[in-house]
Amino acid sequence: MNIHTSRRQILKGTGSLVVSFSLAGPIGEALAQGAAAPKPVALTEVDSFLAIDAKGFVTVYSGKVDLGTGVRTALMQIVADELDVPMNNVNLIEGDTATTPAQGTTWGSLTIQAGGVQLRNAAAAARIALLEEASKRLSVKPAVLKVTNGVVSAGGKRVSYGEMIGGKTFSLKVDHAKPPQSKDPKDFKLVGKSVPRVDIPGKMTGTFTYIHDFRVPGMLHARVMRPPAIGAKLQSVDETSIKNIPGAKVVKEGDFLAVVAESEWNAIRGARLLKTSWSKSETLPVQAKLWEHIRGTKIAKDEEYGKVGNSAEALAKGAKKLSATYDFAIHTHGSIGPSCAVAEFKDGKLTSWSASQATHNLCTQLAKMLGLTPENVRCVYLEGAGCYGRNGHEDAAADAALLAKATGKPVRVQWSRADEHGWDPKGPPTLIDLRASIDEAGNVTAWEHESWIPQQTPNGFLVPLVAASLTGLPADEHIAPGNIFQNSAIGYKFPNTKSVCHRLETTPFRPSWIRTPGRMQNTYANECFLDELAAATNSDPIEFRLKYLDPADKRGIEVLQRLIALAKWEKRASPRKNVSGNIVKGRGMSYVKYELVRTYIGTVCDVEVNRTTGEIRVPKFYLVHDCGQIINPDGLKNQLEGNVIQTLSRTLIEEVKFDRAQVTSLDWETYPILTFPQVPDIVMDLIDRPSEKPWGAGEPAAAVIPSAISNAVFDAIGVRVRSVPFTPEKVKAAMKGAA
Amino acid sequence: MAISKSLNVNGKQVSIQIDDPEMPLLYALRDNLALKGPRFGCGLEQCGACTVHIDGKPVRSCVKKLSDIKAGQRVVTLEGLGTPQNLHRVQRAFIEEQAAQCGYCITGMIMEAAALLERNPAPTDTQIKQALQYNLCKCGTHARIVRAVKRAARYA
Ligand code: FES
Ligand code: FES
Repeated sequence: MNIHTSRRQILKGTGSLVVSFSLAGPIGEALAQGAAAPKPVALTEVDSFLAIDAKGFVTVYSGKVDLGTGVRTALMQIVADELDVPMNNVNLIEGDTATTPAQGTTWGSLTIQAGGVQLRNAAAAARIALLEEASKRLSVKPAVLKVTNGVVSAGGKRVSYGEMIGGKTFSLKVDHAKPPQSKDPKDFKLVGKSVPRVDIPGKMTGTFTYIHDFRVPGMLHARVMRPPAIGAKLQSVDETSIKNIPGAKVVKEGDFLAVVAESEWNAIRGARLLKTSWSKSETLPVQAKLWEHIRGTKIAKDEEYGKVGNSAEALAKGAKKLSATYDFAIHTHGSIGPSCAVAEFKDGKLTSWSASQATHNLCTQLAKMLGLTPENVRCVYLEGAGCYGRNGHEDAAADAALLAKATGKPVRVQWSRADEHGWDPKGPPTLIDLRASIDEAGNVTAWEHESWIPQQTPNGFLVPLVAASLTGLPADEHIAPGNIFQNSAIGYKFPNTKSVCHRLETTPFRPSWIRTPGRMQNTYANECFLDELAAATNSDPIEFRLKYLDPADKRGIEVLQRLIALAKWEKRASPRKNVSGNIVKGRGMSYVKYELVRTYIGTVCDVEVNRTTGEIRVPKFYLVHDCGQIINPDGLKNQLEGNVIQTLSRTLIEEVKFDRAQVTSLDWETYPILTFPQVPDIVMDLIDRPSEKPWGAGEPAAAVIPSAISNAVFDAIGVRVRSVPFTPEKVKAAMKGAA
Repeated sequence: MAISKSLNVNGKQVSIQIDDPEMPLLYALRDNLALKGPRFGCGLEQCGACTVHIDGKPVRSCVKKLSDIKAGQRVVTLEGLGTPQNLHRVQRAFIEEQAAQCGYCITGMIMEAAALLERNPAPTDTQIKQALQYNLCKCGTHARIVRAVKRAARYA
């Protein structure tokens, strides 16, 4: 189903952005004849992924969604190129449980690597079938056929895709384990090119429809009212306190509370003015003692990664032993547009529109909460503000679903800034101890990584919905921070290594994944501690890494060598000698092979540290990146810049503040982020390998940023900062401790 | 109960029905007038996503009460700055630089930058960064935004 938006200006009343639905989207003609069968969504069917109409217009169905990364355009490029049709003959439908295949949550920088490759496979299968058909129709061998703009030709004869398949389904299987032969990389015309993003003109002119702009006729607006403390019980509500606000009504179920009204402003006013009382609840640890609390939390299980040799024995025998503790603060996703969703409940069926990164999972969760069968729930993705993981979108969708059911009307829920900062799930606190030993010759003999991180419950990645928890309706009891053990093990070939992740039973806030979950925290601790070892052996940090990388891993070594050239790296050990003055400069680097199996990234950063105020400035980053085949170089650059800047913000500034009851950093003043004056220059070298697999890009770049900064600070002032965010106070305290 | 309020938005005189004269302009633009350019980001004058021009000056519409808008004041939103067919130079430069990720903050960036270029036709990088320092972006599009503003300045 395609969504046609028609905007009308109605100069009265509320909710005037009208959206209508039509079963006949651009593929209407193609499907009309076979309309008896619903559109397939199985991953094994070509028709699940694409349809071509009589005019040759291609509709692509993607279970992976854009999330504001621009990857939508890259997915369209992949299909357009494989089929040899122009970009503007391709349309993409994303994340609609009724029509798109369940390609899994949009996370982990897997949209191109996994989702895009599935689309390519489907398009390749379609192309092969179309060429076979053309060869029959034109009576020529498939090998001599050429495709240009969706028209197959040979020796003056031609037939278009539309003529062959328009109005019909492919009814073809695609096996992603044994994919059909796709085009030779040298024949790619769109892949590898910086095709401009299809969404950008609309976003620059106010014509693009975000979830926040979506309206359904007859819709109510709602504001939720969350408890003032986690776990607080609603004791009373004085509905008369909002009786003067036209149309404002209270919806209450358990501890779930909301105000609905026909106009958005009346819902907001209602939520502000409604008098309520709640029980007291103090469930959180004292923030000043967070790390003691984490270290003392009950362990659900221990996981071991990267075990080689016997690290304990080797550590005991080491000539020189080093150890350090690194911690990484709790972060919020901080989407600039707070979460928003619309839901409609009609004839026992629920339709939910949201910016969910996992509409198929959301469908299961909403069905469970409302006691519906999943077939009676349809979840449709509409883009929101960047979410960088599992933020509040799904929770807003649950709020809207509950309210639509309660009121019998379509409901739009818009979270406030405080709702978003207070109630989105959080990137959990991470505590990591590292130990290593060095022999007399200066070789590393042992390495141990030991972390305290929340468990991932085995039954899935369903972050419990706030609305389900507050109402007491059936909820998923998962603790789902994601695969945050990744990159706890290292790729350096030390003779004895071990990483142990203590998976904790609980963590202070409902956890979820935020960009580069676990991989960032683990890489930060590992790459900082590696730098400590380099310094302890008086080695150049890049040379030290090269010494221990697997010599067979040529791509990783090339990244480091290119980094030396790009940053004009001067070979020496850290810290710098003969430092003087108040503002001192330093340079640090970091490197990772993402999850030890894919995308390589190396970075160098320059810092300036103010020795009086403790302030860190990062004027410049250099990046070398190898993600295999690049689909859209400019899109990749955009993502890399974004990941670097966002992670700089997280590393230097961001930290969720809380008291015993609740988050207290509920706005941008109390949870500040990086602003323009602090933005660094970023210089990049992107390695393109057109005949390699297209690996994930985006979040791998974030993994190396905190460690590069910490290492650069050490280079400048000879002192380690081991606690994110690296606030001026912490830098000053570290300098004082070292003095 | 409802009262009428007349506004000049994007060059047109319009009249809207409101219940509360203190309603912020943002809701009039988005809900009564169905404009998608001005965006709700914080409602607290902290992020800039809701920025519009009033008589050419950038204003945070999320805290601008309708009662404070005087007759004859001209409100311009992203839609009024330029259209897909007739882009304002700042919009054109942002498109050419592909200066967006999610783009949610971009309305504010464009409105603020357009106002900056009226005051200062050839800003330096530092001046651009200063002018935009109260506009937040969580996607990290800042570097591109600065390049786009510089490009727009060349289109004067
Ligand atoms: S929404 Fe107005 S400044 Fe944030
Ligand atoms: S582009 Fe997403 S917030 Fe700026």
